[in-house]
Amino acid sequence: MFTIISRIFHFGFKNFWRNGWLSTATVAIMTLASIGFLGLIIFGVVTQSAANAIQSKIDISVYFNTNTSEDEILNIQQSLEGLSQVASVNYISQDQALATFQQNHANNPTVSQAVSELDTNPLEASLNITAKDPSEYGAINDYLTSPDLASYIDTISYSQNQDVINRLAAIVRDVSIGGWIVTIFLALVAGLVIFNTIRLAIYSNREEIGVMRVVGASNSLVRGPFVVEGMLWGLIAALISLIVFAPVLYFTSPYLNEFIPGLNIFQYFYTHIIQLFVYELLFGVVIGGLSSFWAVRRYLKN
Amino acid sequence: MIVFQGVSKHYTGHGVALEDVNFQIDPGEFVSLAGRSGAGKSTIIKLLIGEEKPSKGRVFFGQYEVNKLEDNELPAFRRHIGVVFQDFRLLPTKTAYENVAFALEVAGRPQREIAELVPQVLDMVGLGDKMKNFPHELSGGERQRVAIARAMIHRPEVVIADEPTGNLDPFHTFEIVKLLEKINQLGTTVVLATHDKEVINNLERRVITLDKGRLIRDEKKGKYILV
Repeated sequence: MFTIISRIFHFGFKNFWRNGWLSTATVAIMTLASIGFLGLIIFGVVTQSAANAIQSKIDISVYFNTNTSEDEILNIQQSLEGLSQVASVNYISQDQALATFQQNHANNPTVSQAVSELDTNPLEASLNITAKDPSEYGAINDYLTSPDLASYIDTISYSQNQDVINRLAAIVRDVSIGGWIVTIFLALVAGLVIFNTIRLAIYSNREEIGVMRVVGASNSLVRGPFVVEGMLWGLIAALISLIVFAPVLYFTSPYLNEFIPGLNIFQYFYTHIIQLFVYELLFGVVIGGLSSFWAVRRYLKN
Repeated sequence: MIVFQGVSKHYTGHGVALEDVNFQIDPGEFVSLAGRSGAGKSTIIKLLIGEEKPSKGRVFFGQYEVNKLEDNELPAFRRHIGVVFQDFRLLPTKTAYENVAFALEVAGRPQREIAELVPQVLDMVGLGDKMKNFPHELSGGERQRVAIARAMIHRPEVVIADEPTGNLDPFHTFEIVKLLEKINQLGTTVVLATHDKEVINNLERRVITLDKGRLIRDEKKGKYILV
């Protein structure tokens, strides 16, 4: 048993080496497919962080009447935090609102002058609420518009921004779903390309398979080396595609960052390189091995 | 040890390849299958090594009933036979040494035994100095000698040669036939299919003659006669 297994690997490695051109061509095509696959993973990361970026921009603000006390507002904040749809609630007091306002208009003497001449702070305290999912703002809004709270609240930004929020929520959803569909579809295509390439490679070896059979080689000894070879192709394709991808991401990362703030794709690549390599390996080695396994099958009759 | 019992082989659309063929070959015999191309020689060999199944009749090889073997039983069965083909059928990515070693490797023999046996047999066929050459670096006669070395290295009970000299010039033909005789002298049964009149007449051994799928003559010291 051990002899057979060691011979399978020995033959597999040797064939890989001696079928130099066939191996080169097959690895080249598998590398393309692997790069495609890697691109899809990166694409997934980009769409996800784009979606996150959009999502983090959505919130609703509740402005309270100036005669509402801070305790009452904090009570409402607590009750909001108790809601399952709410991710975070941020309290901005009247003083904070004023400070921010002054800061924003520091370069405008007329405005700061006008504010400092007022006796009372005209700005309202507010709560900034972000939902766990953009589609849940409706529910939060319903809660805020209940009659119990009506006396405290001046305005809720949701009613003003409802359309925008809903549209953004739809975009976020579509981008994630679309990303998945594209990923699955293209991964299937890449898998098919690899399968077909290996089928052709094995087709060119069909006579050799016949000879092995006539000499009395068992099916596993005929098939094993091809499976090993297929897995080797996948392994090398995975390595090459990672090596090709690194500089590409390094140079495109700054541009992507401009589009989607907070996204450093090269950083992602660098910190997840082991994980990506494992994905690539699974993709290449598994498809390579399975393709060989299937492709040899038809030549194992007789 | 080899018995054909009322064997027929029909190909759908291509007519009759063999019709009711009966013969028996005993251990240690040297038998030639004679006949024109298409007479059924290759069909007999295909049936004998289980590459095809007869339409009718039974084929026995030692304790095996070949026509009843399943796909997964064939490899083990074929290790009892050594086969030599007209087109050599060497593995192009393996050297002469590795091609011969392969027949032992598939049988799971240990590496030490292989390293000892292969050079001996390659020496015997006169290729001791070309062990590291690939098939494309060898002449036709040399390739066929590698194929013969491969066919006999695992000491099969029978060596079957299907037109082994078909692609060779008279000089190399003579060499190959001498080698087959040598294998036979070592106690191995040899079945030689050929349409080469010279070869058969020089051998002066048993000849089974086929014509249009029928066995028309079976003589102990036969000549190549077709009427």
